[in-house]
Amino acid sequence: MTPDSAHRKESMKTTTGYHGVPRWIYAVAAAGGLLVVLPLAAMLLRVNWPQFVPLITSESSLAALGLSLRTSAASTVLCIVLGVPLALVLARGEFPGQKLLRSFVLLPLVLPPVVGGIALLYTFGRQGLLGKSLEMAGVQIAFSTTAVVLAQTFVALPFLVVSLEGALRSAGNRYEAVAATLGAKPTTVLRRVTLPLVLPGLASGAVLSFARSLGEFGATLTFAGSLEGVTRTLPLEIYLQRETDADSAVALSLVLVAVAVAVVGLSYGGRRRAAAAVQA
Amino acid sequence: MSFELRASLRARNFDMSLSLADGETVAILGPNGAGKSTLLGVIAGLLRPDSGSARIAGRQLFNLDAGTHQWDAPHLRGTALLAQEALLFPHLSVVDNVAFGPRSAGASKAAARETAQRWLAEVDASSLADRKPAQLSRGQAQRVAVARALAAEPELLLLDEPMAALDIHAAPLLRRVLKRVLKDRKAIIVTHDVLDAYMLADRVVVVENGRMVEEGPTRQVLERPRSHFAAGLAGLNLVTGTLGREGITTPDGRVFAGQHDPGWSPVPGQAGVAAFPPSSVSVFLGDVHGSPRNSYAVTITDLEPHGDQVRVRASAGSDGALSADITPAASADLGLAPGMEVRFVVKSALVSVYPA
Repeated sequence: MTPDSAHRKESMKTTTGYHGVPRWIYAVAAAGGLLVVLPLAAMLLRVNWPQFVPLITSESSLAALGLSLRTSAASTVLCIVLGVPLALVLARGEFPGQKLLRSFVLLPLVLPPVVGGIALLYTFGRQGLLGKSLEMAGVQIAFSTTAVVLAQTFVALPFLVVSLEGALRSAGNRYEAVAATLGAKPTTVLRRVTLPLVLPGLASGAVLSFARSLGEFGATLTFAGSLEGVTRTLPLEIYLQRETDADSAVALSLVLVAVAVAVVGLSYGGRRRAAAAVQA
Repeated sequence: MSFELRASLRARNFDMSLSLADGETVAILGPNGAGKSTLLGVIAGLLRPDSGSARIAGRQLFNLDAGTHQWDAPHLRGTALLAQEALLFPHLSVVDNVAFGPRSAGASKAAARETAQRWLAEVDASSLADRKPAQLSRGQAQRVAVARALAAEPELLLLDEPMAALDIHAAPLLRRVLKRVLKDRKAIIVTHDVLDAYMLADRVVVVENGRMVEEGPTRQVLERPRSHFAAGLAGLNLVTGTLGREGITTPDGRVFAGQHDPGWSPVPGQAGVAAFPPSSVSVFLGDVHGSPRNSYAVTITDLEPHGDQVRVRASAGSDGALSADITPAASADLGLAPGMEVRFVVKSALVSVYPA
C-alpha cells in the first residue's frame, strides 16, 4: 500500500457518515459499560481518603505490593520464555497432537484457579510427582516465592500464547520465506524477521500476562499459601484485610486498579506510538 | 550446463525439467495455474517435490531419486526469490533491508551497509536508503527488493511476475533496471507479459498443465509459436494439423494453405501448425461463393476494440478460438454481434506453415 492510498483509506474512515449501528445497541452497550464502571465507582466512594496514604504504606501493604510486582514481573518473563516457543510451534509447526496441545495450553483460561493450584500441588508439592525428587535434591517449591511465580505463570501463560499465536497467523510466513531465500538461517529469520514483525502481539500478550499474574489469587493461595513477605501477594493481602480492616482492603484494591490501568494504558499508548512510527 | 532441474510433484500435477547455461535468463510463460510458481518454489526450496533432483554449478540442491533424501534448506541454496509484491521487511529501513542478505552471510554491519549502498545505486534507489518501506511507492519498493535480492549474491535469481503489481508508469523503469542487472546473470523470470520476455530473456519456456509445451530462443518462440498459449501472447491465430504439400490438413480433414519457409520441403504426415495474424482474416456473412480455401464457419463469441480496429473473437469448433481484426465500419456494416454465425476467410499469402 502506498502512503497515498493509506491516507485515502484513513480519511474514508472518518468522512463516511454511515456506521450502521442501531440506536438501541448503544443502550445495551451502556448497561455493559456500567456493569464494569459502577462497582469501581462504588469502591472509590468508600475509600477513606484522609487515611489513604498511611493505609497503603503500612509495612504489610508495601511488602505485599512489592512481592506482587516482583513475582508478576518474573512470571511474565517466564511466560515469554516458554510462551514464545509454544506459540511458534502451534502457529507454524506441523506435528501430530498439535490440536490437543493447543487445547491443553488453553485449559487454564477456563479452569478455576483453585483447581490449578491443587494440580500444581500434586506436581511440585512434597508428595507430588516431581516434588519428591526435588525434595531429595534439596529443593522445596511449594509454599515459597517460587511457587507464587509458578502459579501465576500457570494461569497467565495462555494469554501470551493466544495473543502471539494470533499475531503469527495473521502475519503469515511470506516474509520468512523471502528471508530464507536471502540466505538467513532459521534462527536468524526468527530473530530478525519473525519476532520483530509480531512484536506488537508479543507486547500485548506480555501485558495481559502481567495483569493476569498481578490479579492471581486462587492458585497462589492453594499452592503457595499466605506467608507475609514470601507468598502473600496483594490480592491475598486484600482478602485478608477485608476480614479485619475494610478501609485498608479498599485502599489496596484501589492501588491494584491503578496499577492495572497504568499497565494497560502504557502498553496501549506504546503500541499506538509504535504503529504510528511504522506508518510515518 | 550450470543449472539443471528435474522434478515432479503429483499433488500439483507438476512434472518438468529445465536447464540454464551460465549467464542465461529464461522466461517462463504460461496461463494461471500452469505450474510456474510451483517451479520457482521447488527451486527455492519452499516446496518439496515427490521426486527429482537439481544441481547448480555442480552443487546438488536436492536429490530425491532412488531412495536418496538429500534436501538443502532454502537458506543454503543461493536462489534469491523476488515475488510480485516487494515484501520488504517493514521494521527495517531500506538500506537495512538490502543489507539483510550480506548480514546473513556473516558480513559486519558496516560492510553489509556498504554493499547495500552499492546495490541501491545499481537500481537507482540511493536516495531512498534511509526510508522505511511504508514510505515507498510500489515501484520504488520493487526496485529496492531487486537490490536486496542481488545483494545476497544469488547463484540463480528467481523472479515471480515482478512487474505484475506495478502500475503502467512504474513498470518501464523497473524493466530497464532488470534489463541492466540481469545481463550475464542466471535468472528465471515468470511473466505474463510478452514484452518482459522480449526485453529480459534469452530463451522462453512455455508451460501448461505443469508440463513444458514449448521452448526456444525468445524471438523464435514468439514469431513461430507452436503452442496456443505462445500464439496468443504473440497475437497470432494458430491452427494445428499434419503437414502437406500446400499447407496443413486439420484433424477434421480440411486443407489450410499457407507459405512454407523457403528452402524447406515438408515431410508429409509430420505434425505442423499454421499461424496467421488476425489482420489477415476477413469476415463474411452467410455462404461465400464457391468453396474458398482457408475458410471457417465460426460463431462469434466476443467483439472488443483493439487499437483502431475491432477484434472479432470466434469459436471454430474443434480448432479452438480464432480472431479477426476488421475496421469498425465493416463491423457495423455486417451488423456483427456475439452468437452470430459467420465465415472467416484467411489470405493464404499471410499464413506461415511450419512443423510443430
